[in-house]
Amino acid sequence: MSDGTGLLLRRAGFGPTAAEIAAARQAGYAPTLAALVAPRGPDVGAASATVPDLGDDVYAGTRDLTYDEKVKLEALRTIQTEQLTQWWLSRMVVASHQCLEKLVFFWHGHWATSVKKVRSPQLMLKQHRALRNATDFRAMARSMVVDAALNLYLDGHLNVKAAPNENLARELFELFVLGHGQYTENDIKEAGRALTGWRFSLTRGASVFDPAAHDAGHKTILGRTERFTAHSLVELLLQREACPRFIASRLWFRYGSSTSPIPEPLREKMAQAFPVAMEMLRVLFSDEAFHATAGTLVKQPVEWFVGALRQLGLRPAALPAETRAAILRDLDNLGQLPFAPPNVGGWPAGGTWLTSAAAQVRLRLAGRIADHVSAPVRTPEELAYLLCVEKWTNRTYAVLRDSQDQRQLLILGLVSPEYLVS
Amino acid sequence: MTMDPWTRRRFLRASGVAAGAAIAAGAGGIGLAELLRTGADAPADAPQTNKLVLVTLYGGNDGLNTVVPYTDPAYHSARPELAYAPEKVLHLDDTLGLNPTLPGLRRLWDEKQLAVVLGVGYPMPDRSHFRSMDIWQTASPQAAVPTGWVGRWLDGTKAAPEAAVSFEPVLPPVLAGETRAGACVGVGGLDLPPGVSVESVAALGEVAEGEPEMQARAAGTYRDLLRVERLVRGAEQHHAAGPGGAAEELPTTGPGSRSVLETQLALVASCVEAGVPTQVYSVSLDGFDTHAHALVGQESLLRRLDRALSAFLDRMARTEAGRRVTVVVYSEFGRRVRANASQGTDHGTAGPVFVLGPQVDGGFFGEQPSLTDLDDGDLKATVDFRDVFGAVLASVLHADPDRYLGAGYRSTPLPLFRTD
Repeated sequence: MSDGTGLLLRRAGFGPTAAEIAAARQAGYAPTLAALVAPRGPDVGAASATVPDLGDDVYAGTRDLTYDEKVKLEALRTIQTEQLTQWWLSRMVVASHQCLEKLVFFWHGHWATSVKKVRSPQLMLKQHRALRNATDFRAMARSMVVDAALNLYLDGHLNVKAAPNENLARELFELFVLGHGQYTENDIKEAGRALTGWRFSLTRGASVFDPAAHDAGHKTILGRTERFTAHSLVELLLQREACPRFIASRLWFRYGSSTSPIPEPLREKMAQAFPVAMEMLRVLFSDEAFHATAGTLVKQPVEWFVGALRQLGLRPAALPAETRAAILRDLDNLGQLPFAPPNVGGWPAGGTWLTSAAAQVRLRLAGRIADHVSAPVRTPEELAYLLCVEKWTNRTYAVLRDSQDQRQLLILGLVSPEYLVS
Repeated sequence: MTMDPWTRRRFLRASGVAAGAAIAAGAGGIGLAELLRTGADAPADAPQTNKLVLVTLYGGNDGLNTVVPYTDPAYHSARPELAYAPEKVLHLDDTLGLNPTLPGLRRLWDEKQLAVVLGVGYPMPDRSHFRSMDIWQTASPQAAVPTGWVGRWLDGTKAAPEAAVSFEPVLPPVLAGETRAGACVGVGGLDLPPGVSVESVAALGEVAEGEPEMQARAAGTYRDLLRVERLVRGAEQHHAAGPGGAAEELPTTGPGSRSVLETQLALVASCVEAGVPTQVYSVSLDGFDTHAHALVGQESLLRRLDRALSAFLDRMARTEAGRRVTVVVYSEFGRRVRANASQGTDHGTAGPVFVLGPQVDGGFFGEQPSLTDLDDGDLKATVDFRDVFGAVLASVLHADPDRYLGAGYRSTPLPLFRTD
């Protein structure tokens, strides 16, 4: 029997446990939603996943390094990046405030920044904290426009008065704040000038402003002429009507449907709840249109993996080091490793995750997960309960019923078509 | 040579039966070994078809530093630190030369196998990577459409699933049709976790009645995965013993990994040599989004492109099947004429397109855009990209360009191919 709470919990977080679903059904839809979007108190679960102490960037304060010294420092950065990625995956699994945790991952895909170019795990962590701690979208946009990692990723640190680099300006309009088509090419060029002058310091682990490299002249952007700066540019963009609508449609794309566009009435209602993303999600999850999307969204690899670990009672930190390393490789091969989106557009969605190449990797990763499950699972019914699958098709039921042992049962359940969509 | 029970005819029939589901699967995967099988069983006298290899350079390749207007003072003054000195570039004529990292392409030019189409773009250029690449792949500059021009050709010719193939884990829009789609081919063999049987994975791959579309597509991925395996076992031995030893050149990269261009083109070469009926291959090279310190980044990418393309065409020249291959190299846009201060360039408009192969009538096509008569700092396109693809559709795929190049477009296919 479905009352929609299963769908709500699956979409709002990474993957609800059987106990969480049972409690939510008991409580009812509205109170469950209220608790999801406004969790009370500190995140008790997340407390067990402590942020690795990365110290300063390994290059901080260094100069005139030899080739060998650089090789050594790069190796250190690789290790620290793995620690950071392991930490976030762990935190996703153990976090009690699931809706918040998943929203942070959403924002990472929105302000997509890859450590593969940024290199500094310290700057990535600083950006991560900024996304996590922002009170609303406005605050987030204000910090992101001068965020050191994002600027480095989009060459903002090289954007100087003499000849501006418009990479960051363009993505600010197109991908981060307004959406494609809401501006002219000239707006982008002028915005590039407004964004000049920001660099980063590895010693301070932050952006620094160099007034000498900033173009302080007048710029005409979206019909307004002022001495725009990074800050006043962002304020201008945040005032545009297109901004709340764009953010609403991005949330819909990720939480509702990646194939059908957001219904206009819902978009307007969500836009009214802007800039608080949790409020926008509350509106989304309360809408009829959301419930009509059941069974249409393909789980992204991280969502699938984290949900499986949660439901099977596994803690990444408790897994052997070689298993944890292999998991990172598998997720990379599936195309989704935290801190490493493929490009500034973030991760793809929908059917693009469903290829036979991915099916092979998924089977392998499911095998790794199943190796460490200790809870006894004997029947397809027990498995459905554990994985919070509402119903097996006759096909899958027959396959699971014929499984020879618990391990096989688990693997097949984890890779089943029913488990791959939500 | 042992005969495999899976004859080509049986394979084609099976894929015909499976076609409906493969379409539903969208990015329906079939395997390299399976593709090779379809070729191996072809009768020796089967008619060979032309092959098209699309090479997509993601990120917006800087056209002005690829085909360099080395005598133009405007080029040197607009990019003081980015411009190549005239003696550095590989001269093609008195005004244009190739980037110094492209000696292989220069040799193909001398052999009349390289057509350089100048100033290629489309009306009202869009500088978004994502939208502009969509425009090139869907051949629809005005409106966003869900099908690519090759995908529409697949629809129109009711093509078999292996007619168009990508060696990437994700289907590029160019291969997406309304009723058909190109195949995404995984290159590794099947490696099931211990204890999981082929039979149970096969059973998961059955479509259940009335299940949601995405769920059915997920099931389809297992069916596709196993279809590969079923053929791998017989085909591998078959091929190791076969002429040319195509199997020896199979790469060892695992499925899902993003293989380099060399690897992708080696896979294409294996397929072509094995007589696989695939007509369109899609491969790519990423990383051209160099806004800063562009010279070093672009040079290293162009060097890889040059090595990969020339090795591929050299290998192709050795066989009859290979001599029917045409390669098209394009990017979503060129770069701004004027350099930015980070020794890079920002998103621009028109750029050159390369068309290569033994059937190509080498030389320049179109007109080099002026560097002084600009559209707000950007080059004015002199050739619509649909006239390049139109020539490819007409001469390589023997199809009516206007049927597949988007609603309302009347193409003027460029004379890129030899007619003898």
